Amino acid sequence: MTDKRTDLLRGTLDLLILKALNLEPLHGVGISRRITQITRGAFEVSFGSLFPSLHRMEEKGWVEAEWRASENNRRAKYYRLTSSGRAQLKTEEREWNQLVKIMTAAVESA
Amino acid sequence: MPGRIVSFFRNLLRRTTADQALDEELQSSVELLTEEKMKEGLSPSEARRRALIELGGVEQVRTKVREIRSGHLFEDLAADLRFTRRTLAKSPGFTLTAIVTLALGIGVNAVVFSILNALLLRPVNVPNAQNFYLVQRFHVPPQAYPDYLDLRDRNRTFESLMAVKFVGEVGLDTGGNPSTAWLVLTSGNYFDALGIRPYLGRFFHAFDEKGINSAPYVVLSYAYWRRHFDKDRGVVGRTVEINKHPFAVVGVAPAEFRSTDLIFSPAMWIPIMEAPTIMSYNSLQNRGEHNLWVMGRLKPGITPAEAAADLNALGSWLSKTYPADDDGIKFTMGRPGLLGDALEGPARAFMAGLMLLAGLILLAACANLGRLFAARAADRLKEVALRLALGSRRARILRQLLTEALLVSLAGGAIGLFGSVQILHALSAWNPFPETPINIPVNPDLRTYAVALLLAVASALLFGIVPVRQVLRADPWQAIRTGTSGAGALRRFTLRDVLLVAQIAICAVLVTSSLVAVRGLVRSLHGRYGFQPQNAMVVQSDLHMAGYANNQTRQCSGACWTLWRQFRAYLQ
Repeated sequence: MTDKRTDLLRGTLDLLILKALNLEPLHGVGISRRITQITRGAFEVSFGSLFPSLHRMEEKGWVEAEWRASENNRRAKYYRLTSSGRAQLKTEEREWNQLVKIMTAAVESA
Repeated sequence: MPGRIVSFFRNLLRRTTADQALDEELQSSVELLTEEKMKEGLSPSEARRRALIELGGVEQVRTKVREIRSGHLFEDLAADLRFTRRTLAKSPGFTLTAIVTLALGIGVNAVVFSILNALLLRPVNVPNAQNFYLVQRFHVPPQAYPDYLDLRDRNRTFESLMAVKFVGEVGLDTGGNPSTAWLVLTSGNYFDALGIRPYLGRFFHAFDEKGINSAPYVVLSYAYWRRHFDKDRGVVGRTVEINKHPFAVVGVAPAEFRSTDLIFSPAMWIPIMEAPTIMSYNSLQNRGEHNLWVMGRLKPGITPAEAAADLNALGSWLSKTYPADDDGIKFTMGRPGLLGDALEGPARAFMAGLMLLAGLILLAACANLGRLFAARAADRLKEVALRLALGSRRARILRQLLTEALLVSLAGGAIGLFGSVQILHALSAWNPFPETPINIPVNPDLRTYAVALLLAVASALLFGIVPVRQVLRADPWQAIRTGTSGAGALRRFTLRDVLLVAQIAICAVLVTSSLVAVRGLVRSLHGRYGFQPQNAMVVQSDLHMAGYANNQTRQCSGACWTLWRQFRAYLQ
């Protein structure tokens, strides 16, 4: 089941994580589920990529973490966007849209 | 960026806290996933198994997270070093063999390189040595004084040209205890052209030269002043007798200035105008007597080729004007320090050969260690397999193996360098010909240390990569089950055999070349002289030292006979 995971473009994962966290703070598993959900099942992020990315973003100050109880009363580490994380999300969204425009134009050119 | 720097130190200092937090996070993730699977109706154990599969292994994820953290390379290095120290301490025989082998290999190379560096790479110790050149007549240094004067006054490419004449021993009387000393006669501009300032008193200058025997001044070398005048600052202004002629001590040269030569350091310098006094014979007017060296500093921006062209234009003028002595004269530019091309070429060839042999020794050592490390890696295959099975990455294991090789190599290099520094200091102090101021200062400098470090690292890579393929091919499942590496057992032996053959070949070359060298030495010791050298003795006397001049032949032969009779009486 994990074998058919679509390969994520380098850099896309960061955007997806930021996007997933934009609505509400989530723990690692929650982020993975949210990404699957917002990509309509196209992407299943492996935890081997997700956790390193999360920790890198935490070092950069885009997200901050906090331990609290999950919906089932288990302790879990929740990640939340910081203000610089929100700024980063805007930048990445803009860059992504630009990339898509350029690539679409290129692919559709004769 | 500041945030990254802070996390770098936080990670470094509170590694365990960060690791614990990561552990907890991964554990809680496993639990969350397990719960999810149980809701789908799986049994608790099956749910947990699926959860772990989905996560991709706690240890594997943990390793990946660690690798993105700031400073993880340092953490890894520290862990590798701790681990390496433990594993090496467990096999002291292996460690000792490896370190001693490398110490010898790197030590030999450091010694040979240091000699090569001192003789060929390091310029003579004068200020701005890079534009200081020796002017050779054809390809040998000696020039005639009148030619020197023409070159000095008519060239357009040298800032200054100076003449140096090696005299040999003279008799020196500082009052009561005559002794011999080696001196050099130089043109008056010598010290000014070199740009050296006196340690004590003053130097002589070009304006001191007012014709033959007009400048009875002597400048002492620091070493001679220290040894024979006990650093007496009152020496300046004193009169000493050289070959029974009075000279005034005007100054002392600084300690770091030996001479314009690498291996010869005279006791004193005297203006060349005094040559007729010292040698009781005037060779300064004779264009046919080539007995002094011409050196000089190029003007800024002038290349040696331009200078040579300038001098050769003068050469064709000299050759036309003085056909008897200077017919077809050609000038070439040489490097001062080792008698120009005359000694430098052979020295270069000899040192290159020696460096090659030293390199081969190190290469043989590396081949040997490569085999040792390969054998060790084969023994440790089970350990490697276990680490792979537990989630370590091959790159990580290879890095640890290389750390081990590097640590051994650096330890060997440090010991080898320490030994070679001792040898080099002894060699620098060594006086191969007693009573002559010839020695070879080969003290190590920064370059020696850099080369030793480079060799240590290069050897570590060389023998450290031998076991790499073994690790890359290691199959954890096979190894743990059967205790063998599975594939490639045969291949490994061929690689080690190749190394063995290389090692034997290199050793054969080394043994043969050292035997040839020893035989050559033995032969030259037993050369045929046409007489029995046993119990024969060479007696040398120089009556110039006692103030006898060449034309005082009758007096001289009388003195010789007296000396001879006294000497025979002394022997009997």
